[in-house]
Amino acid sequence: MSSVMKPARKVGIVGYGSYIPAYRLPATEISDLWRDGQDKLFLPVKQKSVPGKDEDTATMSIEAAKNAINRAQVDPKKIRAVWVGSESHPYAVKPTGTIVSQVLGIVPDTVSADMEFACKAGTEAMQAAFAFVGSHMADYALAIGMDTAQGRPGDALEYTAAAGGAAYIIGPAEESVAILEGSYSYITDTPDFFRRAYQHYPEHGNRFTGDPAYFKHITSAVKNLFEGLNLTADDFKYAVFHQPNTKFPQKVAKMLGFNKDQIRYGLLAPHVGNTYAGASVLGLTDILDNADAGDRVLIASFGSGAGSDAFSFVVTDKLKESVGRAPLTQQYVDRAIKINYGKYARWRKKILK
Amino acid sequence: MDIPRYWRLKNQRYRLQGKKCLDCGNLSFPPRLVCRKCKSRNCEPYEFKGMGTLYSYTTIFQAPDRFDQMAPYMVGLIDLEEGVRITAQLTDVLPDDVQIGMKLEMVIRQIYEDGPKGPILYGYKFRPVLKF
Repeated sequence: MSSVMKPARKVGIVGYGSYIPAYRLPATEISDLWRDGQDKLFLPVKQKSVPGKDEDTATMSIEAAKNAINRAQVDPKKIRAVWVGSESHPYAVKPTGTIVSQVLGIVPDTVSADMEFACKAGTEAMQAAFAFVGSHMADYALAIGMDTAQGRPGDALEYTAAAGGAAYIIGPAEESVAILEGSYSYITDTPDFFRRAYQHYPEHGNRFTGDPAYFKHITSAVKNLFEGLNLTADDFKYAVFHQPNTKFPQKVAKMLGFNKDQIRYGLLAPHVGNTYAGASVLGLTDILDNADAGDRVLIASFGSGAGSDAFSFVVTDKLKESVGRAPLTQQYVDRAIKINYGKYARWRKKILK
Repeated sequence: MDIPRYWRLKNQRYRLQGKKCLDCGNLSFPPRLVCRKCKSRNCEPYEFKGMGTLYSYTTIFQAPDRFDQMAPYMVGLIDLEEGVRITAQLTDVLPDDVQIGMKLEMVIRQIYEDGPKGPILYGYKFRPVLKF
């Protein structure tokens, strides 16, 4: 086992913000249309979030990052890196980060790039931000995980492919609401889910996405993190995992020794679906909304292809005063306008004129 | 494609940047070269906060070609807190829920896509203030 990753300088989350679009498509709408309701008792989520017809990963990243900046109370000009992790960037070639940086007043003295690692692109952006600040190259970096996921009509993933995510201002530990203890990243070449160039929808390996992909990578990353930090599941108040559906995160939590109480916050998939690169980082915002100083928090992402990033944080007494400076994640979850399949199909450009 | 114009207007569309007359203090949006009140050219950029109230609105069903993807959509006249009235699309609100006088906040959204190969134009729209 390699050692746990820790930056030279102590770093943490200085501000965080979430965003979930207002619209929801009930899973029963999909079930009724494609399967006459045959699978109504086994739906992977209750409903999923759907971006408005004028929303995309750039606009949603801006919303979440504004919330993060409000919580951090950091001058945007001091943010020296903007990394946006997503598999649904609006452009194939033109960084989403440039649009986000321009809108938020971060330009021009910053680096920016779009990250891609399926559903773990958001934590990949966080890893880079921790390293950037941790090496003293900058005092603040903005890491975003955001997606407007697309599911092929009628496919199993259509039930869950949703929209939302979170943004984090990473900065020095002494200003942080949650200090990074260490992280562990674990990847292998595992073709469980992919999208070839010019293809509109991804392909997936059905059950192959479970054991050799999701469970193998998350448990490996987390166990190595535990070993490196000399911790067990009992040492954590809360944990959040990538959530492609309702079942997987609950099962992996149990495999790693977490109980239901430890995952009661952050398990948002039943209500908003799988927000892909936004999923685990969005869950973490819900935990931070409810955590207290001293709480230890685990986040483990999963990205197909495949890999997992696991992080351990300890919440500081700065959290409580910052929470109220932006909407809570639960408020976004509750802001739900139900739409039907027809409207969803038009907004998501599944109907071509 | 109208790339130079999109680029030139980005601060106006992304950050609601207008002008402030340094002689009489009058604010303008969109930004004006000459102050409408005192005719001075002594103006500087001014960023509006993006908070306002709805003065009036209408719903567009027959949209110009570029806005066809967004139709039907609502367009509002919004009185900004700073005292300037602007025109903008309304978003994240159902027609039955719109009320004259409601509090609105600026958000950045897609305005339109300039065809399948062209740039995506982003800019300000207004939505009901999120309560938290």
